[in-house]
Amino acid sequence: MSATGIGAPVRRKEDHRFITGQGRYTDDINRPGQAHAYFLRSPHAHATLKKIDTKAAAAMPGVLGIFTGDDLAADKVGGLICGWMIHNKDGSPMRAGPHPALAQGKVRYVGDHIAVVVAETLAQARDAAEAIIVDYGVLPAVTDTASAAKAKTQVHAEAPDNTVFNWHLGDKSATDAAFKAAKHVTKLDIVNNRLVPNPMEPRAAVGDYDQGEGAFTLYTTSQNPHVARLVLSAFIGIAPENKLRVIAPDVGGGFGSKIFIYAEETVCVWAAKKVGRPVKWTSDRTEAFLSDAHGRDHVTHAELAMDADGKMLAMRVHTTANLGAYLSTFSSSVPTYLYAPLLSGQYDIPAIYCEVDAVYTNTAPVDAYRGAGRPEATFVVERLVEVAARELGKDPAKFRTQNFVRKFPHQTPVIMMYDTGNYGASLKKAMEIIDYKGFPKRRRDSARNGKLRGIGFSAYIEACGIAPSAAVGSLGAGVGLWESAEVRVNPIGTVEVLTGSHSHGQGHETTFAQLVSDRLGVPLENVSIVHGDTDKVQMGMGTYGSRSGAVGMSAIFKAIDKVIAKGKKVAAYVLEADEADIDFKDGNFTVKGTDRKLDFGSCALQAYVAHKFNGQDLEPGLKEGAFYDPTNFTFPAGVHICELEIDPDTGVTRIERWAAVDDFGNVINPMIVEGQVHGGIAQGVGQALLEGARYNADGQLVTASFMDYCMPRADDLPSFEVGMTVTPCPSNPLGIKGCGEAGAIASPPAVINAITDALGHEDIAMPATPQAVWRAAQKTLSRMAAE
Amino acid sequence: MYAFTYHRPATARQAASLLAKKEDAKLLAGGHTLLPTMKQRLASPGALVDLSSCADLKGIARKGRNLVIGAMTTHAEVASSPEVQEAIPALAYLAGHIGDPHVRHRGTIGGSVANNDPAADYPAALLALGATVVTNKRKLPAAEFFSGLYETALDEGEIVVRISFPVASKAGYAKFRNPASRYALVGVFVAKRGGEIAVAVTGAGEGGVFRWPEAEAALKARFAPKSLDGLKHTAKGINGDIHADAEYRAHLIGVMAKQAVAQATGKA
Amino acid sequence: MANLSMTVNGKAVTANVDPRTLLVQFLRENLRLTGTHVGCDTSQCGACVVHLDGKAVKACTTLALSCEGASVTTIEGLANGGTLHPMQEAFREHHGLQCGFCTPGMIMSAVDIVNRRGNSLDEKTIREDLEGNICRCTGYHNIVKAIAAGAEAMAGGSVRDREAPRQAAE
Repeated sequence: MSATGIGAPVRRKEDHRFITGQGRYTDDINRPGQAHAYFLRSPHAHATLKKIDTKAAAAMPGVLGIFTGDDLAADKVGGLICGWMIHNKDGSPMRAGPHPALAQGKVRYVGDHIAVVVAETLAQARDAAEAIIVDYGVLPAVTDTASAAKAKTQVHAEAPDNTVFNWHLGDKSATDAAFKAAKHVTKLDIVNNRLVPNPMEPRAAVGDYDQGEGAFTLYTTSQNPHVARLVLSAFIGIAPENKLRVIAPDVGGGFGSKIFIYAEETVCVWAAKKVGRPVKWTSDRTEAFLSDAHGRDHVTHAELAMDADGKMLAMRVHTTANLGAYLSTFSSSVPTYLYAPLLSGQYDIPAIYCEVDAVYTNTAPVDAYRGAGRPEATFVVERLVEVAARELGKDPAKFRTQNFVRKFPHQTPVIMMYDTGNYGASLKKAMEIIDYKGFPKRRRDSARNGKLRGIGFSAYIEACGIAPSAAVGSLGAGVGLWESAEVRVNPIGTVEVLTGSHSHGQGHETTFAQLVSDRLGVPLENVSIVHGDTDKVQMGMGTYGSRSGAVGMSAIFKAIDKVIAKGKKVAAYVLEADEADIDFKDGNFTVKGTDRKLDFGSCALQAYVAHKFNGQDLEPGLKEGAFYDPTNFTFPAGVHICELEIDPDTGVTRIERWAAVDDFGNVINPMIVEGQVHGGIAQGVGQALLEGARYNADGQLVTASFMDYCMPRADDLPSFEVGMTVTPCPSNPLGIKGCGEAGAIASPPAVINAITDALGHEDIAMPATPQAVWRAAQKTLSRMAAE
Repeated sequence: MYAFTYHRPATARQAASLLAKKEDAKLLAGGHTLLPTMKQRLASPGALVDLSSCADLKGIARKGRNLVIGAMTTHAEVASSPEVQEAIPALAYLAGHIGDPHVRHRGTIGGSVANNDPAADYPAALLALGATVVTNKRKLPAAEFFSGLYETALDEGEIVVRISFPVASKAGYAKFRNPASRYALVGVFVAKRGGEIAVAVTGAGEGGVFRWPEAEAALKARFAPKSLDGLKHTAKGINGDIHADAEYRAHLIGVMAKQAVAQATGKA
Repeated sequence: MANLSMTVNGKAVTANVDPRTLLVQFLRENLRLTGTHVGCDTSQCGACVVHLDGKAVKACTTLALSCEGASVTTIEGLANGGTLHPMQEAFREHHGLQCGFCTPGMIMSAVDIVNRRGNSLDEKTIREDLEGNICRCTGYHNIVKAIAAGAEAMAGGSVRDREAPRQAAE
């Protein structure tokens, strides 16, 4: 391993601009003549729009234009789309209502978009928005996930019983039969709390229209600018793709919430042509809370069947998933194909059956948030398994080990074919790190101080490296999930890599360069990564689902192969040898069995000057593109163990130790991978202990700022002890599995299993706030007193 | 924000005269409540009178048996002041735990006291220590000054000039922070001055800061954490929200009171 | 509109601003110093932290006019020419950032912690003093490491030496 090659903890190339304040985020971009947009949002969760009177507002100072849903409709601007078709149990398609970018006739959640005001300044736009008179016909709201299907209020006429779909996966009769034969059944009711992603950079957009060219440019906070262009062009109809450029510059975190094509970005780019000026919108944090797609929000009943020895026989799950007021871009896939196929966990479970009812409510749309479906599945599996072990009186580690999948490939009863793994190795290593053997003593020490100490396991698996196009196509996806790359070698041997992946914290500019440096033997500083601009990068599907390493880098790998192949042809001419005799190693083309060689930079120069070969026989230039479509999902897996202490007097839970051992396959940059694990754990701990989006019965979001929505802070978290095991992924050339989501997937059940271990009962829900834990601890104390 | 005119007087007297002259004028101290409220367009003063240049509103001094702190003294200045640390260390501790370091660099004791946020820390200290609020017009005992949620005895045009704290023989402060906002969910300040014991509670009362006579009586017998064993505050009159209902808050009053006494008696 | 003059990163600046202008808007929009960010509306996230007369403050909760005559240091003014400030270098070395959005505020807060508490910082102190800075990417693990290392690297008073003359000049 070289100091900058694959496997080296190279310090990040992109950091210099961020630590010096030279990052360039969307809100840092200002176009000449730029105007500002302010969105008038619904203060009601559910209401008809009887009349929108913009007359007085339009006459206010600085106002350039006020537009409503009628204006978009008149321009034939289509509604926002959901890109994944889910079918009901009976084979009929899901029932989706329309999703106009600006409301038409009705608003369906607090924050829904009624009108946009474009004015010279933001203050003027806001002043004018306050002068718009809206006559609302306020309707009752439905916000509760579990009871939405029974509510009298109907969010969309197209979806009776507020039900988008009743979907299922697995073999019901085989599962029911296994339950009948079971010796022990563990049952659990679970709520997976609703979360607000809250990347620190709020969403923003600058729309620009070039009248001379008839072309639009949209600068926006996107994890996938090409997907944004595709949707805005092909479905929403802003402009054909060749007349629409989408630029996603530095993006300050996404966690899924910046995958989607939202109303504000759509309206900004459209309005730029309407007012003949660039139009800028930057979300404030309150708007982000109200209108960014939220995550999770499941209500689940789950059962696990076992034989007399504790061997798992079957799992049965029923989930109600809240999708909010409209179907966001990938919302329908999250509680279905990103969820149920993971219910087998790391375990050999012969039969699984899962039913999912997806409901509309008068709340913000719900879509993918870090992990997307897989944290929900892992929470179900790892809570069930933990409780089952407790009910059976088995050590939770031994019970897991007993049921681990050991032979690969392993076909689960829910679609997935696990390719490789060594779950026992991760468990063993994690137990060593946390000193599992020493736990009973630590627990006694805590008890002496009046504290309750607990330990909790989470053995997670996820399916990422999303995803084989044919496979997702057969499951209802509207797009293919390949990735594209182009490797451009310049005449002096420097390299530009254009990738369809998008970096918004993941460090691609470093890891992708490491791959190139490693394979082409060029210095790291001679490699530049270009991303986030549809005019520069040929095509792309973007970054989510832990796919940039496994899929995005595999595309680069393929393009590098082509560059090397072309380089060999050039070298063969220059070195006057047969192409078959040319080897490429450590940055040099050599002729087998001789000392003749051509370094990579010289080869590039020769490729461009084309003096040594006939341009008719061999094309000049050294630049190759590739598309990579994976053949399988990848399956990162690992074990996280959380040890914590509860103060029963206050209900405060302190995480004392955290061991994380993950198998991500081969690792390009361990420093960056560990950073991804840390961040993921923090978000999962946030879900378990701190975060919860709450709507009241009227549909008001009562946690709409950092004053009420509890973000994890530095003093809420411990330092983490991170280890790794490696089974290389067999389905991609680099052996990479992906690491972006693992921490967020693994951690919530580890925390709750530790809390319930400390409490000695299962009666606690996420987020386990001090108040909730205090109440639960009183139950523990009174039981201890009685014993 | 809505538009306003901005004024920065050099003395409290000039500030008072501006406040009287300008339509809908409001005083700006540290700004950490007023500016966010204005940003949300929930307040729309026609004029802001910024007190940050009024040198006569700043400073900390020991005057006999009193510690006197100017209204525009920041939380950071109070927290790090050797005079405060020596005279009433619990007050320095309290100031050092308001908000976060950046807030403490801007937020002021006068602004906090005049705003009387029910989740603010200072009101508990003023009430327990029997402090006097000195305005440009009069002197008000803390017990009369704080009159309800966000309400004080301040008249229109009246400016808090300084706070005078009688030095206590023992004092302690403990707070349980709201996990999200980090304001006090419950804060308890205990003070012993001669035979006088005061226990003041912030964050929890439906009507703002209040005293807990039962705890005071218990501590009068013996000023020790143990004296509060078994003593529970009623949930009646205690506020509840999504973070903590009245029952939990009432329970925390007892826990925080004990911690405050432990701090006051050097047993924390 | 009102006249305003202050020193930003050692340079005198003057402007005519709407009294509503917040310090962060003045920096970002008037001076185009876009390294200082806005991440919330409730003064909690700390993405906007700058030094005002040597002390960390939230530029989103400070009126520009309140800074008349003051000296402001932003993330852009922290490096000494081409040489990074030790705290900047520590964040890079210890991977204390991912998306970079909270980073300027984190670094300015980190330098302020050292200014207040010295060069030897334990983990607990660092975590508690980061109460006013929210990061969504890193889980804080590497930020804490970076600050401890940066604090040590600052020993010798390099930062104070650099900031002191500006304060003295006021």
